[in-house]
Amino acid sequence: MRARSRVAAESDGRGGTRLAVLRSESPLLLRRTGPHTVHLVGGGAGPLRGDDLRLDISVAPGAALEILSVAAQLALPGQAHLPQSRLEIHATVASGGTLRWWPEPMIAAAGCNHLTVTRVDVAEGGSLLWRDDLVCGRHGEDSGDVRTDTTIRYAGSTLYRHELSVGPHAPGWSGAAVLGDGRAIGTLISAPGAFPATAGPGDFAVMPLAGPGMLATAVAPDIRAVQAALDPLGKPTATLTH
Amino acid sequence: MHPENQHSVAGGALPHPSDGYVAPHSHGPDEVPHTHPDPGVDPHEPLNSGPRALRVGIGGPVGSGKTALVAALCRALGDEMRLAVVTNDIYTTEDADFLLRNGVLPADRVRAVETGCCPHTAIRDDISANLDAVEDLEAALGPLDLVLVESGGDNLTATFSKGLIDQQIFVVDVAGGDKVPRKGGPGVTTADLLVINKTDLAPMVGADLSVMDHDAKARRGDLPTVFLSLVEDRTATPVADWIRGLVAARVPAA
Amino acid sequence: MSLASLLVLADGRLPSGGHAHSGGLEAQVSAGRVRDLDAVAGFLRGKLATAGLVAAAFAAASCARPGEWASLDQGLDSRTPSPALRKASRAQGRALLRAARAMWSLPPVGRDLHQPVALGVVAHAGGLGPEEAAVAAAHGTTSGAASAAVRLLGLDPYAVHGLLARLTADCDRIAADAAARAESPVDDLPAAGAPLLDIGAELHATWEVRLFAS
Repeated sequence: MRARSRVAAESDGRGGTRLAVLRSESPLLLRRTGPHTVHLVGGGAGPLRGDDLRLDISVAPGAALEILSVAAQLALPGQAHLPQSRLEIHATVASGGTLRWWPEPMIAAAGCNHLTVTRVDVAEGGSLLWRDDLVCGRHGEDSGDVRTDTTIRYAGSTLYRHELSVGPHAPGWSGAAVLGDGRAIGTLISAPGAFPATAGPGDFAVMPLAGPGMLATAVAPDIRAVQAALDPLGKPTATLTH
Repeated sequence: MHPENQHSVAGGALPHPSDGYVAPHSHGPDEVPHTHPDPGVDPHEPLNSGPRALRVGIGGPVGSGKTALVAALCRALGDEMRLAVVTNDIYTTEDADFLLRNGVLPADRVRAVETGCCPHTAIRDDISANLDAVEDLEAALGPLDLVLVESGGDNLTATFSKGLIDQQIFVVDVAGGDKVPRKGGPGVTTADLLVINKTDLAPMVGADLSVMDHDAKARRGDLPTVFLSLVEDRTATPVADWIRGLVAARVPAA
Repeated sequence: MSLASLLVLADGRLPSGGHAHSGGLEAQVSAGRVRDLDAVAGFLRGKLATAGLVAAAFAAASCARPGEWASLDQGLDSRTPSPALRKASRAQGRALLRAARAMWSLPPVGRDLHQPVALGVVAHAGGLGPEEAAVAAAHGTTSGAASAAVRLLGLDPYAVHGLLARLTADCDRIAADAAARAESPVDDLPAAGAPLLDIGAELHATWEVRLFAS
């Protein structure tokens, strides 16, 4: 499946946000669910091999946008002869704009082969919270192959550049350097940095990046422990409550 | 709020100072291209020259009283010269904490170096972490007269590299047995000053100080040896005097 | 290219500060994840595929274009979210530059570069090429941790070196890939991350008692 979806938020001139563009194709369906909120409502299981999905997000000066999802994404094997499934997310946040990306986890079902590419560009004076959770296999299942490739730029410089590969084709991914026995990992980027540095308890750390931002990472045997560590950091900001 | 402020990490414009590193000075020799060194020439700065502090290494076996000696020297010399300490205890901050707890030196004058289970490597074979610590102290505090580099407790063969220190003190104690000076080893034999510590314990452990003195002289030739009891002499007078002499000889009277 | 120069640069006895670092192993030993040879193997394999790949790529790129050390250094900053790991990398870069100044004529560079960038600059100064710089970097990410494993766990040193020997093909492949991409824009260079290395380094930095600097 091929899908191209796009959301563009801009200021309505009265302190609120209007969606100048909200266009979506299955399975990347977008629904406005609040003044600042859009939900990814999905369209069946997936991504599957052969899927080629792209989501473009833009937040203009003075606008605030929150993107949530109604359910986890389940990356599935699909037909073996097809290329790996691919989801590209491109986001820009202008100065004075706020973007909160907070979807449900992606689950790497056994046999899947999926790539998520994330490119976010935040202008100086823009504000970003970017959450990504990954679960390696459904309950009691081996992990499929998933690679995430993330670049977050702030004020014209690369703030965070990270790739993570899990699954049978990722050497050493279940060794003690990468995830160990952990089968769930969550990351939360805040730019500029919005929470204090800390480490522990458990496999959890909030780290000041070299540039103006923070990364919170949690690794755990299951997603609930990851959520318990990261969710409290991402309480919607005042501009996003409604 | 800039997160760097919370964690003092490098960031922003390049080139970065290292984390926690303060760089008020230029480091010219580091920044200019230079020719290949002559293999016959020691690349280290000649001793007793230049403005940098006298560096005195303090080594010796575990428990011989190195840290207590450093504390005594800080007590004796802290008010009369600009002094800093680098410790190499394997337990990172333990020795530094001892000095701080005893209130003999402010925290900013003590650096701890982790040695990765290899205390002798850190003072002899790969001295980079210790050199970094000394340089960072000098960068943070300005010119110093004396830097004491305390080794982690090691064995009788552990000595300091001349690339790290100018003079070294080797500390043994009478409780380790009066045979230690006779056994020799590079520490006992070649240290610029041998300190035989805990003389107050000699009667209790049956150590014969005259035997130790005789053996030390036999091993060390003209190199000096002093006996010390830090219980009785809390400012390690003979060692402090030895260091005073070195510092005076090094810094021309203004 | 001088093979002997490569050996000098990659020798574990090069006084460049490596002995004080466990390459993240001490934290994972303490966490109970690494107790035996198999776990060390898993640790090394994952580290090589992530931090090793990134180090090799940046060493190769810095060797190919040492004049771009500043932007490459920033590239590693963006790939190293853990402040403790940034500090450890810069400490080792600084120590390597200190050692290298006595060996070869270095161009003017910052005092405490990230270790892989320093390694590339030094390799270039020593007449080596990007692939040699990369293989030294990849090997270095595993050999330091392997040595720490022997010291921390009392493992059989022959068995641990057997692990290193079995990783050499991966090191060579990573180095060849790194050299092939040595001219890529900084953002396009590998960025493989290892979450437990990041988290472990942050936890390790808070310990009052530790044997290794990282």
